[in-house]
Amino acid sequence: MPNLTRAATIILGKELRTEFRTRELLSTTIVFVLMVVVLFSFTFDPSAAESRRFGPGLLWIAFLFAGSLMLHPSFMREQANDTLAGLRLAPIEPFAILTGKILANFLFLLLAELLLLPVFAVLYDVRLTPVQSRLLPVMLVLILGTLGLTTVGTVFSAVASQARMRELLLPLLLLPVLTPVLIASAEATSGLLADPPELPRTWLAFLVAFDVVFLTATWLFGEYLLEE
Amino acid sequence: MKPNWITTLIVAALIGIAGYAALFLAPTERTMGLIQRIFYFHVPSAWAGFVAFFITFIASVAYLLRRAPKWDWLAVSSAEVGVAFFTVVLVTGPIWAKPVWGIWWTWDARLTSTFVLWVLYLSYLLLRTLVTDAERRAVVSAVFGIFAFLDVPLVYMSIRWWRTQHPQPVIAGGSGSGLDPQMWRVFLTCWAALLGVLIVLLRQRYQLESLRHTVEEMTVEAERRNADRERIPSTQAVR
Repeated sequence: MPNLTRAATIILGKELRTEFRTRELLSTTIVFVLMVVVLFSFTFDPSAAESRRFGPGLLWIAFLFAGSLMLHPSFMREQANDTLAGLRLAPIEPFAILTGKILANFLFLLLAELLLLPVFAVLYDVRLTPVQSRLLPVMLVLILGTLGLTTVGTVFSAVASQARMRELLLPLLLLPVLTPVLIASAEATSGLLADPPELPRTWLAFLVAFDVVFLTATWLFGEYLLEE
Repeated sequence: MKPNWITTLIVAALIGIAGYAALFLAPTERTMGLIQRIFYFHVPSAWAGFVAFFITFIASVAYLLRRAPKWDWLAVSSAEVGVAFFTVVLVTGPIWAKPVWGIWWTWDARLTSTFVLWVLYLSYLLLRTLVTDAERRAVVSAVFGIFAFLDVPLVYMSIRWWRTQHPQPVIAGGSGSGLDPQMWRVFLTCWAALLGVLIVLLRQRYQLESLRHTVEEMTVEAERRNADRERIPSTQAVR
């Protein structure tokens, strides 16, 4: 176990270094989500009350689409110079490689979401205060939902990287599997942003269950994806 | 590789009996009338589809643990048959819904989750067509098959809490639910018949997959020999 943690931390460090040298993923994700949010108001022209009602769902749709696009390079980057072979040869558990990548993607997406949340609140006239009963629980939903999204997404990125038409395939594989995350996160967020805010315990428990199920599945079966 | 005439005949007879039972032996439902008889093929198809997806899940796990190609053949065959059954469910559903609910489709819990389930396994089949190497295909689709199956209960739970308009489970759905004993008998006959169809289709599809595998191996072998043959004259020409 200490070996696993150490190896995963090293992989995480490598991913973070690669990303922060270019900041490609973060910038494209943020711009993409902004585009979706703006395009939505063009097509539906919502009134103030409507935008508050549809806002949380729209936000999660945008995060989900952004996730299904940004997770794609996770394994594709390794193919350009066949660096995955190097990772495979390293004397570490394959699960550590996946864990490091999941954590890295989780941090990227979460960071993008945290930067976008205030912008969204301004554009859609959503109140994030009081901090205790709104902002903090919303952040908990973001953390749990994003963890589920990136866990499945990273594994499917490894799946799609071995197929043709990878760019198209990843969203196709990912979106149906992530339906429960979308519903739970959107419902939980709209409960918290409603007046008065309501803590959605069932949905939070559901998100925890989703994360546990798929982290366990990744731990049990993920390593097969990294074989030569 | 004998054609499974006997099984096919038995299942064909069973389907005939099931159709007769559903149309003539089952009592007419009080409020919905004759259209309710579609129930005897709608619901058993869904149950048979679930059985098929469960087989895909078991075969996927077995493939990852044992690495015998036959498990992969079983997984893909079963997924395809399951998708066929759920297509039947998604077609018979609206036919039943239109006269009873007045609409073809509604975003109710059961309909939505069945639709998601169908899309899940469509993308499983799609994934398989996009991976060239047989062994890689088997591994990645096994992992996806496992993830998809684990997702099924989560999809159902989340959509159920989200909203529901479908009749509460009629079979084993708590108080006030329940089926007339005669309806039960017809229902079980239909389910048995459709499980028979499942078995026939599965066997046929499995044999097809194993034939494809043989063809693939022979093609690779033929190409290798061709390449060898071409190399020899060219070296002679250099001399």
